[in-house]
Amino acid sequence: MWKTIIRRVLIMIPQLFILSLLIFILAKQMPGDPFTGLITPETDPNVLEEMRIKAGFYDPWYVQYYNWIANAAQGDFGQSYTYKKPVADIIGARGLNTLLLSLLSVILVYLIAIPLGVLAGRYQESFLDKSIVLYSFISYAIPTFVLSLIFVYVFGYRLMWFPTSGTVDISLDAGTWEYYWSRFYHLLLPAITYALLGTTGIIQYLRTEIIDAKTMDYVKTARSKGIPMKKVYSRHIFRNSLLPIAAFLGFTITGLLSGSIFIETVFGYQGMGKLFIDSILSRDYSVITALVMLFGFLALLGSLLSDIILSIVDPRIRID
Amino acid sequence: MSTNTNELLEIRNLRTSFRIKDTYYPAVDNVSLTLRKNEILAIVGESGCGKSTLATSIVGLHNSINTKVEGEILYNNQNLVNLTDTQFNKLRGNDIGFIFQDPLSALNPLMRIGEQIEEGLVYHTKLNKTQRENRVLELLDQVGIPNVQRVAKQFPHQLSGGMRQRVMIAIALSGKPAIIIADEPTTALDVTIQAQILDLLKTLQDEIQSGIILITHDLGVVAEVADRVAVMYAGEVIEEASVVELFRNPKHPYTRSLLKSIPQTNSENEQLEVIQGMVPSLVKLPRQGCRFSSRIPWIPQSAHEENPELHEVAPGHLVRCTCWKEFHFEDEEGSVNQ
Ligand SMILES: Nc1ncnc2c1ncn2[C@@H]1O[C@H](COP(=O)(O)OP(=O)(O)OP(=O)(O)O)[C@@H](O)[C@H]1O
Ligand code: SF4
Ligand SMILES: [Mg+2]
Repeated sequence: MWKTIIRRVLIMIPQLFILSLLIFILAKQMPGDPFTGLITPETDPNVLEEMRIKAGFYDPWYVQYYNWIANAAQGDFGQSYTYKKPVADIIGARGLNTLLLSLLSVILVYLIAIPLGVLAGRYQESFLDKSIVLYSFISYAIPTFVLSLIFVYVFGYRLMWFPTSGTVDISLDAGTWEYYWSRFYHLLLPAITYALLGTTGIIQYLRTEIIDAKTMDYVKTARSKGIPMKKVYSRHIFRNSLLPIAAFLGFTITGLLSGSIFIETVFGYQGMGKLFIDSILSRDYSVITALVMLFGFLALLGSLLSDIILSIVDPRIRID
Repeated sequence: MSTNTNELLEIRNLRTSFRIKDTYYPAVDNVSLTLRKNEILAIVGESGCGKSTLATSIVGLHNSINTKVEGEILYNNQNLVNLTDTQFNKLRGNDIGFIFQDPLSALNPLMRIGEQIEEGLVYHTKLNKTQRENRVLELLDQVGIPNVQRVAKQFPHQLSGGMRQRVMIAIALSGKPAIIIADEPTTALDVTIQAQILDLLKTLQDEIQSGIILITHDLGVVAEVADRVAVMYAGEVIEEASVVELFRNPKHPYTRSLLKSIPQTNSENEQLEVIQGMVPSLVKLPRQGCRFSSRIPWIPQSAHEENPELHEVAPGHLVRCTCWKEFHFEDEEGSVNQ
């Protein structure tokens, strides 16, 4: 098992290499350069030129690429031009916020999706099933930012049940109980919004899986043993359908990262998603490239995680 | 033929119909059969003739939403056709054991072998956990599995096809059933393994004296293990006799064509090569007159009975229709009746 995991991790190296090359090429294609934002009518073109030379702007692309990669490998993604701080520090602080939001969202997604998927599959074609399927389609069709905006407006501004922006009430001292509660409170609405929209995949998968499982021969065998239908469901149909869901975890986390871009922006939540949008708007290249690289890395990690979980829950999939 | 008249199961005028677009089409039509104690009754017929439907009707394993079962299935003075699922659960796995065709798909891939055998014991016995575990090992041993301790902890995919079918048999045996229904138990297996599984069934039957309904489309299997045979065609029993009688004196043209095709049936090609054509689909099946006549067009229309009935041509030997007296294969001349 460890061997396979190590092999999979090693395969990630060329994947990351290709990813980094793509990111680099795309970043190069973006209009303007990091200094464009600094240009004012008074800017001395010679000074600007000097800065460009100093930053390696005119080096051959492979030299630039090499420098970038070599530094990145050491955790140095350069300076952010907007924040005037090392990129790694900025991402680090935001990363924790996104991680917390993602974790809560994943938990809520599973809490909502599993019962709904199970009910829909169990009572296939019933009114309940049809309602759940309808919900899953609607939630799939609604763009994240639309629902986010509605929720911020309704529950934040109108009903004032939830804070409308930020990650914590800044008047509170870090470390106090109130402080942690406030952090959680700030997480809640974005997480609920995300969870409500993020359940489609799991509901649909679980529903089909259960409907398929019902027709399986092993279910007939179970019935031929004379065990009550309730037990046939819980011990055979549900169990067999739920195990693969565990493997969704990896992908769900990956999906959350991209979802967080909209959620965090609308909710003014200081996470990596919002950082990403902000950096694009301010053309903070070093932050953008670092974030894309990180998202790519997490996506690969997510799929590895999924494979590992699947091999643990399904005895047929042996990795040795 | 067994002289034992102890009747275990009596099927009378059983009709099982499936709903296809709001109409019910019988897949088993007016079948009457009797299973006696300590006997192996074989049911033979081509694919689609209703063998599995008959088997699942007996234990109520069909999907009640689109299936209608009519007639009588008498066991222990109760008509199984009328049972509720809860009542059936008392019989299934306890009085009646079931063995399916493909042991790989019939076993839960994510559950350990031991657990799958033990499951039924929870509901049909008063044994405690340790006793149940011991009983599982006992059962595995009984069906000839070596290394029972280890196998009990394994998953189905870790066993060979033959071993998996032995596990299925162990499950069927676990309730010490009076009746075992085996639906093509050897079809999915290699030839050599087939023989072993059949031997096992035969041996076990001698031990536990239960009645076995053995469904197969292999007359070789029938000759080897069965006591009596019912030949089915398009949902009906068209001939029924003791194995010796049927092989010595087959009457119905369909039976004769089945028997004629045995030498050509090599073990790799499981499909019976019979008279040209195949069993018509449920919807297209002629419900009036003779269901088989379209496959023997060289027999003159006048020779067919209008609504062929089962006739007893010798004690215990039933044949549908009378025109077998005139039947001959296409390449034969005139009326042949050996
Ligand atoms: N659930 C169902 N719904 C509709 N039709 C069905 C259903 N199950 C079986 N049938 C039809 O009933 C007929 C008999 O099927 P059955 O499975 O009993 O045949 P069989 O003799 O067991 O064949 P095989 O040798 O292929 O197992 C076939 O025409 C089949 O298509
Ligand atoms: S009437 Fe003719 S075709 Fe029909 S079963 Fe008898 S022999 Fe066959
Ligand atoms: Mg069948």
